[in-house]
Amino acid sequence: MKILVLIGNVPDTTTKIKFNADKTAFDANGVQWIINPWDELALTRAMELKEAPGSTVETIVVANVGRAETEGTLRKALAIGADKAIRVDADPLDAAYVATQLARFAGEFDLVFAGIEASDYNGNAVGGMLAEMLGINSVSAVSGLNIEGSQVIVNREIDGGSQTLGVSLPLLAIVQKGIAKEPRIPAMRGIMMARTKPLEVLQPVDAQPLTAIRTFEMPQPKAACRKIGEDQAKELIYLLRDEAKVL
Amino acid sequence: MSVLVYIENWDGKFKKISFELASYASSLAASLNVPAVALSLGKVDNSELSKLSVYGISRILNNPDERFNALDNQAIAKAVAQAAQTTGATCVVLAHNNLGKAIAPRLAVKLKAGLVSAVNGLPVSTEPFVVKKMLFTGKAFGHIEMLSAVKVLTLSSNSFGLAEKQVTASVEFFDPEMVDADFHIQIKQTNKVTGKVLLSDADIVVSGGRGMKAAENWAPLEELAALLGAGTACSRPVSDEGWRPHSEHVGQTGKIIAPNLYFAFGISGAIQHLGGVSSSKVIVAVNKDPDAPIFEAADYGIVGDVAKVLPQFIEAVKEIKS
Repeated sequence: MKILVLIGNVPDTTTKIKFNADKTAFDANGVQWIINPWDELALTRAMELKEAPGSTVETIVVANVGRAETEGTLRKALAIGADKAIRVDADPLDAAYVATQLARFAGEFDLVFAGIEASDYNGNAVGGMLAEMLGINSVSAVSGLNIEGSQVIVNREIDGGSQTLGVSLPLLAIVQKGIAKEPRIPAMRGIMMARTKPLEVLQPVDAQPLTAIRTFEMPQPKAACRKIGEDQAKELIYLLRDEAKVL
Repeated sequence: MSVLVYIENWDGKFKKISFELASYASSLAASLNVPAVALSLGKVDNSELSKLSVYGISRILNNPDERFNALDNQAIAKAVAQAAQTTGATCVVLAHNNLGKAIAPRLAVKLKAGLVSAVNGLPVSTEPFVVKKMLFTGKAFGHIEMLSAVKVLTLSSNSFGLAEKQVTASVEFFDPEMVDADFHIQIKQTNKVTGKVLLSDADIVVSGGRGMKAAENWAPLEELAALLGAGTACSRPVSDEGWRPHSEHVGQTGKIIAPNLYFAFGISGAIQHLGGVSSSKVIVAVNKDPDAPIFEAADYGIVGDVAKVLPQFIEAVKEIKS
């Protein structure tokens, strides 16, 4: 079995977000780039599946759409334990564009993992779009996944509880927190090995983005917090009713 | 032409987000000068369907096939796509919840449509079609132009609210072409959360952080939540410690919520946490550290001990409820 894990290259979650002067582009100066947190959990689960006794997983490939500067993030995924990386050499213009690029080769895999969200543009689309383009099954909000023969048993969160499902391969699993306990941290040996693992660069196919970010804006600054003494806590509840009118 | 809105049901009932979506779709339809059409799939109580007309939906398509109740995103996307084509929809609106997030990308590909998820209001302009959404988990917003003829949007819950506009509605049987092979998932077990307010539906959320000190200290927090009809949530360290389930984790890597009122007990307010709650209308923070960043985001705050404050809150809520 071959597993593909989609890897997003995103600013570190503690990054102070800045834009250029006319607010039309993200200012990447001084930004630390990381693997999108959900993708990191997905890769960790893929590794666990490969290492499980009697596993049928032969290879784990990671892939992204991005320019050369995103290779550091792919190398980190290789250091965690992926066998090979694929980078489509293009700017990730929008979700439809990215999914179109990935659809060229993702069909060769039995199981594809995507994170439920990207922490930069907070889209939720690439995984589902790719599954539709490939014509394969997809399950979203997956917080647990096990392979049992040709079937995959997944736990998913639904609006109002959780479910255990059986679904057949090939499958695209869109995963969230819980899929792996904690993201795996690359060991020194993994970092050394990552340098020599294959990283294939593909040229993009022609595709048109269907959405485009025109301008950015920062949130409005908040008014100062109104402080109430610990012993007057009850007063705060009355303020919520009479002043804020939310109770 | 139409604006089509997909309305999900749970146990035969529509949810709060459904009526918010209906309100949003009818306002969007009005701004585009087209009718608002709702689609309900799966078995639903008959009395529910007509409720949509209260929020401006003039045409309701309904297919009571119980197979749709399995929440199979592939099957639902196929049916919604057919409804979009039948009604000539230029915009299709879904909830930004677990199901909506799963359907929307598949639907967008079927309709060759652009998708913007988690929009937080009506379009900034309709020509060109530009919508606003939160980016970088609340640290910024973006104005996004949708370039395709058909557009798919998911709406953040509690971002638009309810807007009553009673109209006369027709309820029609809708019969999408479906085959057995369109239903892919086999449900082995369902665990329903009962007797609790869902985080995504909650107007008020009561949340605890590491400052709660231990799992067993949650009883007063849960009591306050029950009195207020609120959902319960927690910060990341709390779910990582296993004090509370992952489904309660709000923040950058958990859930993003926007209730009318958010209580943060013993939460310091790391930037990742604030990202998940900053769209809340009113934030109340209780923390013993006066320099905790949560106070920068809060509207009301108490520098103090959660164990001393919670009983006072409970007492005051009992007073105002009685």
